[in-house]
Amino acid sequence: MDAKPESPGSLRATHFSHDADIGVRGIGPTLEAAFEQAALAMTAVMTDPANIELKEAVQIECDAPNAEFLLVDWLNAIIFEMATRDMIFGDFKVGIDGHRLHGIATGEAISVERHNPAVEIKGATLTELTVVEDRPGEWRAQCVVDV
Amino acid sequence: MDISQMEKLSETAWQIPASGAMRVPAIIYGGESLVRDMDEKVSEQLRNVAALPGIVRAAYAMPDAHWGYGFPVGGVAAFDADEGGVISAGGVGFDVSCGVRAHLTQLTRDRIMSVQAKHADALYREIPAGLGSHSTITLGEAEMTAMLLGGARWAIERGYGRPEDLERIEEDGCMPGADPAEVSDQARKRQSREMGTLGSGNHYLEVQEVAEIFDHAAASAFGLKKGECILSIHCGSRGLGHQIGTEFMREMAIAAEAGGWTLPDRELAYAPIKSDLGRRYLGAMRCAINCALANREIIGHLARRVFAQLFMHAELPLLFDVSHNTCKIEPHLAGGRTCQLYVHRKGATRAFGPGHPGVPEPLKPFGQPVLIGGSMGTASYVLAGTAESEARAFSSACHGAGRQMSRHQALKNWSGRQIVDELSGRGIIVKSPSQRGVAEEAPGAYKDVGAVIDATEAAGLAKKVAKLAPMICIKG
Repeated sequence: MDAKPESPGSLRATHFSHDADIGVRGIGPTLEAAFEQAALAMTAVMTDPANIELKEAVQIECDAPNAEFLLVDWLNAIIFEMATRDMIFGDFKVGIDGHRLHGIATGEAISVERHNPAVEIKGATLTELTVVEDRPGEWRAQCVVDV
Repeated sequence: MDISQMEKLSETAWQIPASGAMRVPAIIYGGESLVRDMDEKVSEQLRNVAALPGIVRAAYAMPDAHWGYGFPVGGVAAFDADEGGVISAGGVGFDVSCGVRAHLTQLTRDRIMSVQAKHADALYREIPAGLGSHSTITLGEAEMTAMLLGGARWAIERGYGRPEDLERIEEDGCMPGADPAEVSDQARKRQSREMGTLGSGNHYLEVQEVAEIFDHAAASAFGLKKGECILSIHCGSRGLGHQIGTEFMREMAIAAEAGGWTLPDRELAYAPIKSDLGRRYLGAMRCAINCALANREIIGHLARRVFAQLFMHAELPLLFDVSHNTCKIEPHLAGGRTCQLYVHRKGATRAFGPGHPGVPEPLKPFGQPVLIGGSMGTASYVLAGTAESEARAFSSACHGAGRQMSRHQALKNWSGRQIVDELSGRGIIVKSPSQRGVAEEAPGAYKDVGAVIDATEAAGLAKKVAKLAPMICIKG
């Protein structure tokens, strides 16, 4: 999932290196789109999102003091839903109102055979945590996830 | 890492003198090439730790140190509560009380090899491993609380283990001071079906041959004989520990921002030990330690059942069980007197020396066993704590090899199939639900564990007792 040159604001879900773990990065034309792409990048740490059937939607609500903690809370809420529902998600929708986030994660029950998950994610961290509009119409949301 | 500004204390100890905000010096252990190869982030993070309130003596990095979360992985720091000392969730890590246990199989390599494939299949079938795997044990509310208070003792009372195991587990299998009221519903829910599961990443269960003995007297006391096999388990507190780490890291970081504290690294966020947040984190973190001790006890029990089916009279006595992600109150020397200090070990193994009250009686003359994990094809080691380790780094040693390559790069370099085949050619069976996971954990993605161990011994942190070579590896 290496980033390729793209036009500003185009959707991208990429990874960046961290010593023992891995960074997830979402880029999009809006803050919400960047959050959606970051979640997709997190799924891609485990499996190819294209192989996930979109059968069941889970509602996620978060509330945090600022956009950066909101990103960490969003990713950690997804990790919690994956762990407790035995699901893996391949599509994300996010709405943000101030410091509140309403999200929908859609996916299916995890299948070891079909999804061949590489690793279990322990948590989204505050390392390399950035939520920023790099240029007009291009938002970047990223952090390292502990695996 | 640039070592030009460091003071060379010995061939394996490098000091960054206290400057700027640092309250104490930072000391990095390792031979020159190991230290040069460390990421610059290690010294940056260690200098940040050295600036924390109430830190005592020095901030230390073990020879396997690498970039962590606030603290470097391989970091050791001790704090005095009476001097405004602090506790940091980043100084413990997300996988609270991740650690290693080793059982003596008392079986020769030949006996294991005679049923190696069948043995590997049975272990893989019985030990839940990898994402999406679950335990056959489900904990309701009351049992969860009992487990959080009781640790390995709880597991043994429920029939998952043997009473004699307890004296071979740090804290006698039960961490005092755990407060289940501080463990969130989310953490409990995440753990409800995860007792006795390995997890994934670098966690494993291995059958290993004692390939080399370095200290015959200590090896004999530990029950290690060349050519006999060890069962080794590396895992931690699973979903519960991860959730507790996540929640308290967040709370400490938000409290720091709200309080206007300027932190060079958000994950360095901490709470004074004598504060409500510090007290709550300690209570929850100790529950996670108990969860890890119970988890490893159950996995040991499941593995013993597999051994019993294949080898009559295989008892698998426990050599030792020790964690490498903790914060514990311990008496240590500081400023010419003995103080009760809060010792953070993040990716560092406790290594009490000979005679220490925390070492089981039969092992006391030799020091505490220090169990160092390898990575599939690479060796693991049994070390013993030394008397001088107290002065070196509050009786601490390394915890593993440490990665030298990112997961992405490992995926580019190897396929899982290739690794499995390569190791099979060397007589090692690897079983994992994930080929990609195996590729990401390829032995070549890790540093040379032998160099780390040699530096650990040369630095006086622990001494070599035996080298273990893998034969069967179950990966998550």
